[in-house]
Amino acid sequence: MRILSLAGRRLAASIPTLFLILIGVFLLLQFAPGDTVDAMMAQMGGGDAATARELRKFYGLDLSIPMQLGNYLWRLIRLDLGFSSIYGKPVATVILERLPPTILLMTASLSFAFFFGLLLGVIAARGVNKWPDTLISTLGLVFYATPSFWFGLMAIVVFSIYLQWLPAGGFEDIGAVQTGFGRTIDIALHLILPTLTLGLIFLAIYLRIMRASMLEVLNLDFVRTARAKGLDETRVVVKHVLRNALLPMVTLIGLQAGTMLGGSVVVESVFSLPGLGRLAYESVVQRDLNTLLGIVFVSALLVILVNFLVDLLYARLDPRIQAEA
Amino acid sequence: MSAVDNPILTIDGLSVKLPKGADRSHALNGVSMAISADEIVCVVGESGSGKSVMANAIMRLLPGEVAIDGGRVLFEGKDLASASNTEMRKVRGAGIAMIFQEPMTALNPLRTIGDQIGEMFEIHTELSKTEIKARVLGLLQDVHIPDPVQAARAYPHELSGGQRQRAMIAMALALDPRLLIADEPTTALDVTTQAQILKLIKELQSRRNTAVLFITHDFGVVAEIADRVVVMQHGNVVEQGAVKDVLTNPQHPYTQQLIAAVPPLTAPPPRALSDDIILTLDNVSKTYRNGGFLGRGVRVTHAVKSVSLKLPRGATLGIVGESGSGKSTLARCIIRLIDPDGGAIVLEGKDWAKLTRDEVRRETKHIQMVFQDPFASLNPRRKAGDLVAQGPIVHGTPRAQAVAQAKELFRLVGLDPSAIDRFPHEFSGGQRQRIGLARALALKPDVLVADEAVSALDVSVQAQVLKMLHELRERLGLSIVFITHDLRVAAQICDLVAVMKDGEVVEHGLAGEVFGNPQHAYTQALLASIPGGDFARSRKPVTV
Repeated sequence: MRILSLAGRRLAASIPTLFLILIGVFLLLQFAPGDTVDAMMAQMGGGDAATARELRKFYGLDLSIPMQLGNYLWRLIRLDLGFSSIYGKPVATVILERLPPTILLMTASLSFAFFFGLLLGVIAARGVNKWPDTLISTLGLVFYATPSFWFGLMAIVVFSIYLQWLPAGGFEDIGAVQTGFGRTIDIALHLILPTLTLGLIFLAIYLRIMRASMLEVLNLDFVRTARAKGLDETRVVVKHVLRNALLPMVTLIGLQAGTMLGGSVVVESVFSLPGLGRLAYESVVQRDLNTLLGIVFVSALLVILVNFLVDLLYARLDPRIQAEA
Repeated sequence: MSAVDNPILTIDGLSVKLPKGADRSHALNGVSMAISADEIVCVVGESGSGKSVMANAIMRLLPGEVAIDGGRVLFEGKDLASASNTEMRKVRGAGIAMIFQEPMTALNPLRTIGDQIGEMFEIHTELSKTEIKARVLGLLQDVHIPDPVQAARAYPHELSGGQRQRAMIAMALALDPRLLIADEPTTALDVTTQAQILKLIKELQSRRNTAVLFITHDFGVVAEIADRVVVMQHGNVVEQGAVKDVLTNPQHPYTQQLIAAVPPLTAPPPRALSDDIILTLDNVSKTYRNGGFLGRGVRVTHAVKSVSLKLPRGATLGIVGESGSGKSTLARCIIRLIDPDGGAIVLEGKDWAKLTRDEVRRETKHIQMVFQDPFASLNPRRKAGDLVAQGPIVHGTPRAQAVAQAKELFRLVGLDPSAIDRFPHEFSGGQRQRIGLARALALKPDVLVADEAVSALDVSVQAQVLKMLHELRERLGLSIVFITHDLRVAAQICDLVAVMKDGEVVEHGLAGEVFGNPQHAYTQALLASIPGGDFARSRKPVTV
């Protein structure tokens, strides 16, 4: 199991990076004017300086910045993400509540983009420079060039307001309390538009990469060998070209997991989904440092996890990796 | 044309059209030939002669824009040139099988050898999984792969080049095809491996009565394996006949020229060597370490193990060996592209092994290298003249003067001086290697290190470049370290020869002595492996 130890080593190597990111975000937020207490006072409709001082002392905000940072990191080592003063709950609870919509959205968009990108890429490469290729490539360019919030808004206008087929926003229907299968369907309906909106840009990237990589692999010698064996074109593509062409796509998943988290901020805002992206935005506005750092921590963990899985998948797909490792 | 009894494949007036904008309109112009069962026919020609196109045209595996536009390919009574795709798929693999030049890239890197051989049975037969497995093992045994069970489970990268080519042959012979087309199957292999593969093909051919169409550029291979020879030039068959007749009594001027260009194995009479040693290698070593974590599980490769050699002024020292023998690593150490771990490299009294990076940069004008691949070693975005002038400019020559010198160098290496404004892709392979040489000579080096400088070239071009090296050596008083895997080339140009194996020099001495009276068992094995050895030895050295 050399590959496991290799992937494990990469996992260990990402821990210092994680701490650097957290320290960076912490310091960056210190430059922003105002703190949690200011935001809370504003919500309460103002208050005197003494209360503010009391609150700052209570939340440990009166300490020097290195002390605050040290405290935070020390708690983090014990896996304690701290307490959110804005939500009045431990940060871990806040994040856990908001995690499912984001994870669902990301997985759905990624699968959608990967599957259709692969399919369209293969179709485009099989008919290179003929009309299917031109059509698919043009569509891909349109998807890539259009901002996702515009797509989201237009999708709401067309499918929710004009056609009234799909809900315009939210994670599930709050009015009707549903359980079991009905609830699953309800959530799925709510997620269709956000998934398409977030997935289309990535679809465009995947299809371009898949097309290029298919064209490259189709020119390799072993494809000629396969044809010389008497295989028909479908078998040549499925048995010999596809897996080789998939390698760059898999690399891309790892690289884009982070980008996708960023993209979900916009999409969650447009579709008012109670996800991690919106939570991040809100905590910046409310100077909720603990929550924000918690989100950064969890997002980084997600990206690291995805990359770990990609490493394993890559090794499974390409036997040469283990030899070079 | 010699009569062929009972032909299994008849090619009749076959023409293949090239896309517009190619250097000629047709890759093949009305080629006619035939192969009978149970014979090996070699198709010989230089690059661009259309020999590979012919092989691919028989299989109908031509790339998109290249198409058959006339003639017939008769195989078992069927015209393959006009057969449907479905009919062709039945012939491919089962009736006619093919093996290719590069065994590394010709196999799918992501599937096991056994899986890829088994695929032949899966698509053409109704055999069960267990039967297929048994057949695959049988085939791997037939091609003498060590440990067939292990080989069937292995991925292509886990096998050596020779083993991969054996696996390719096993795959091609899986369904007992009537005809085997082998497109330069041994060109990418070491000479000892090549000898084994040629022996294997010959053995399988006589055992199974398969007709073999063997494409090669090497007359040595022809002499070794062929029953009949077809010589091609510019898409035409210029001569064909029994191997003895063509080799000993070639009729067509092109065949005569090709055979004359084959370097014989006997060295020309030795020249007087100077006592003045310009370059001394003393116990040079280079060890690669890779893998491992914190010192555990490190793989150590001793690429060069205490090599000591001397190069007299004005002489040529040949370093010969197979791939992995460390000869290229040694060359790179000599010009300090990589740092040796130990030993001394003394050039004109300075120890190159101990110079700092800065000093090396300043001193490189004394020692220059010519690289193997004339396609990859020139920057495609810069003009040929710039590439040549770049070195002197870096070393402080004014630009105008450097360009004038570049023109002069172009004339020296036999290129048109007005060509300095052209880009590398506008030159042929041989011309590019001349540019590479001009680039190296631009700094007026004392020592030239040529790493497989003629290996990628056709024989006739190779002969021209070797001749030019001879002349330049005389005119400029160059001392040359000439690295090659081709013993015949080494015999032609080198005064001294060192034979390397696994990082060590196993034998060195005057070229005539090493080739004429080899002492070490490995040198003897190398010399015995040269294809068509008797043919090469029987010929007189070329006087250049």
